[in-house]
Amino acid sequence: MEVGGAREYIYSDAELDRVEGQVIDELKANSQEIIPHPDQWLEQDVEQNILLTTVDWVINWGRRSSPWVSLCFPACCAFEFIAAMGPRFDISRFGMEILRASPRQADLMITAGTLTWKMAPNIRRIYNQMAEPKWVIAMGACAISGGIFRSSYNVVPGYNHIMPVDVYVPGCPPRPESLIYGIQMLQEKIAKRKNLAQRG
Amino acid sequence: MAIRTEPFVLNMGPVHPSTHGVFRMRLTLDGEVVVDIEPVVGYLHRGIEKLAEERTYTGVIPLTDRLDYISSMSNNLAYVLAVEKLAGIKVPERAEYLRVIMAELQRIGNHLIATGSFFNDCGAYFTPFLHMYREREKIVDLFEMVCGQRLTYNYMRVGGVSQDIPEEFLPALDRFLEQMPRSVDEFDWFLKDNEILLTRSKGVGILTNEKAINCSITGPVLRASGVEWDLRKADPYSIYDRFEFDIPTGSAGDCYDRYRIRIEEMRQSLRIIEQAVKQMPSGPVMAEVPHLVRPPVGEAYSHIESPKGELAFYLVSDNSIAPYRCHIRPTSLMNLSAIREMVIGWKIADLMVIFGSIDICLGEVDR
Amino acid sequence: MTVALSGKEVAAKLEQQFPASIIESNEDSLLVKSESLFELVSFLKTTPDLEFNFLSSITGIDYFDYFEVVYHLTSMIHNHSLVVKTRCYGRENLVVPSIVSLYQGANSQEREIYDLMGISFEGHPNMKRIFLWDGFQGHPLRKDYL
Repeated sequence: MEVGGAREYIYSDAELDRVEGQVIDELKANSQEIIPHPDQWLEQDVEQNILLTTVDWVINWGRRSSPWVSLCFPACCAFEFIAAMGPRFDISRFGMEILRASPRQADLMITAGTLTWKMAPNIRRIYNQMAEPKWVIAMGACAISGGIFRSSYNVVPGYNHIMPVDVYVPGCPPRPESLIYGIQMLQEKIAKRKNLAQRG
Repeated sequence: MAIRTEPFVLNMGPVHPSTHGVFRMRLTLDGEVVVDIEPVVGYLHRGIEKLAEERTYTGVIPLTDRLDYISSMSNNLAYVLAVEKLAGIKVPERAEYLRVIMAELQRIGNHLIATGSFFNDCGAYFTPFLHMYREREKIVDLFEMVCGQRLTYNYMRVGGVSQDIPEEFLPALDRFLEQMPRSVDEFDWFLKDNEILLTRSKGVGILTNEKAINCSITGPVLRASGVEWDLRKADPYSIYDRFEFDIPTGSAGDCYDRYRIRIEEMRQSLRIIEQAVKQMPSGPVMAEVPHLVRPPVGEAYSHIESPKGELAFYLVSDNSIAPYRCHIRPTSLMNLSAIREMVIGWKIADLMVIFGSIDICLGEVDR
Repeated sequence: MTVALSGKEVAAKLEQQFPASIIESNEDSLLVKSESLFELVSFLKTTPDLEFNFLSSITGIDYFDYFEVVYHLTSMIHNHSLVVKTRCYGRENLVVPSIVSLYQGANSQEREIYDLMGISFEGHPNMKRIFLWDGFQGHPLRKDYL
C-alpha cells in the first residue's frame, strides 16, 4: 500500500477547508441575537397556578434525578467540572453519574468553556443530536456573555446566541459548589414541567 | 486471494473524550494503521495577544492565567519576569522565595493531572486519575489559602506577589511535604511495573534526540529523548541557582520514559520546596512600583521552565501603559510539531497513548 | 547561564561571507536583509563556533511603515543565544523566505504569522490559515484591524 495514493479522496484539503469556512460564516451571520428560552414564562409569578398531575410528578421526578451529561469541554471551566465529578464534591450523589461521550444518551449539556466562532457549528451539531427533553447549563462567565474575552474577534458573546440556555452559573471559574447549586436550580425547574399537556 | 484495500480519511473531531480539549485531527488510515495525520487547531483561539494590547501591564496578568489553565502560576511568572526585565525592576527576596514555592507546587499539580490523563488514555479508566486528583485537591487548598482561587490564581504581580501568605499556610505546607513523598512512592509502586502500561507504552512513539531538537521540542518530551536541557539549570531565572536538585533524563524517547520523568520531577520539586521553606527570609513581598507601570522603549524575551516545556513571553514596549506587542511562545503547539514522526506507522490506539504522553493543553496551543 | 551574544560580534564574524546582507547590528540583535535570510541562518546553524541548533520562537510585529519578523535562536551545545531580525516594507504582498527546511519547529509558527499578520513565507509546504477559518477576511493582529 503506497502512501502516494493516500491523499486522493473525494474532496481535496482546500475544498474541505473552504466548505467548513462557509458553514462558520453562515452560522455567524445568523446568530447575532440572543435566542429567547421557550420556558421563560416559568420564571414569572405563575408558579402557584401550575397544577401537575401525579403522572407528571413521577415523570419529572425520574427526569430530574438522573440527568446524564454530554461532553462539551472547551476550556478552563472543564477542570472545575471534573473537580465536581471527583471524589471531593461528588455530583453523582445528585444523579449525575454518567459522563459518556455520546450526545444521544444525554439530556443535559454543561457548557464549560469559551465558545469561538470556529467551534460553534460543532457545538450546535452536538446540541441537535441530543434527544428531547434537553437542558443547557451555561457555566462560567465566558459561557454567559463572553467573559474576559468578550471584545475578541473570534469569541461568541455567550452560548445563548446559538442555543437556548436554562440556567446561568456565574464565576470564573465557578467553584464546584456553585455548579452543584446551579444543577439543583435546574432540578427545581424540571420539577415544574407539564408533560402530558404538551402531547395534546 | 488478495483483498483490494484503500486508505480512508477519518476525522477525530474537536469533541472527543480522549483528546485533551478541543483538538481535531484528520487521520488517513490504512485499516488501523495511521498513514498520515493533519492536526487542525484554532477551536479555542480567543485572541489573547490582541486583547493584551488593549490592557495595562498589570491587567494582562488575568489573561495569562487562562493560557495553560492547569498551571496558571507558571504563566503568571513568565509574564511578570518579562515585564521586570523590560522595566528593570528588582524583586524583594521574600517574594522570590514565594514565587519559587508556588511554581514548584504548580509543577507537582500539573504532573499529577498529566499522569492521571495518561493513564486514562492507556485504559485504566479513572481510578489512577481520581487518586491523583485527590492529591491535587490538597495543593489547590494551599493555593486557595494564599489567593482565594482554585484554578486561575492571578497571584504574581509586576515587582513581587500580590499578598503575603497567611499564618496557617506554612504549617499546612509542612503537613503536605511530610505526606506527599509517600503518595508519590505509592503511585510509582502501583503503576510502574503494570503489565498493560509496559506493553502499551514501552517502545511506542519513539522520538530521537536530533529530531526533538530540530522540531523545537522542550520539557519532559525533550528530556525523555536523552537531551539534558532544563532551563532551571541551563539559564537560571529568579533564584533557582541557589537550590540543589537533579534533572531526570530518559534514554529511549518513548512514552514510558516520559511518564517516568514526570514522576521523578515531582520528587525533585518536593526537594526544592523543602529547601525554599528553610531559606525563606521575612520582609516585604512587593517592590515599590507605580500602579501603572510604564517601561522604557525596548523589548524583552524571558523564558521559564513551565511544567510542559519552555514558556516564553516576548514584550515590545513603546513607553505607554499597555504593551505594544505581547507574543507568547506556545509550548504545546511546538511540542506538537513532531507528532507526524511519532505517530505514523502506529495504530489508532497507540495514537491516543502517544498523544497523552506529550501532555498538551489547548489553551496554550490556540491562545 | 545562557550568554546572549552581542549582534556586533556575530556581525563581525559574518562580514566575510555575507558582505551586503547585514543592515544594522547592535548589542541586542542583528538586522538582516530578507533576501539573504535563508543562507545566513543556515550558516549560523552549521558553523562550528556558533552552531545554533534550536529555534526558540518566531514573532511578527507591525510597526506602521514596515513589518518585522524576529527570530530567537539558541545553541544547546555552546549555551548561547542570538536574536535575528528582518523587515518587509509596505502593507500588501509581504514575502519572507521560510526556514522550515532548516528547523521543522518553524512550521506552525510561520503559519500563525501568515494567519494573524498576513506575511507569507516562501517555501513553506503548507501555507494556509491555522487558527482562523478559511473565509475569514483580514488579518487580526495588524494595527489597523478594528
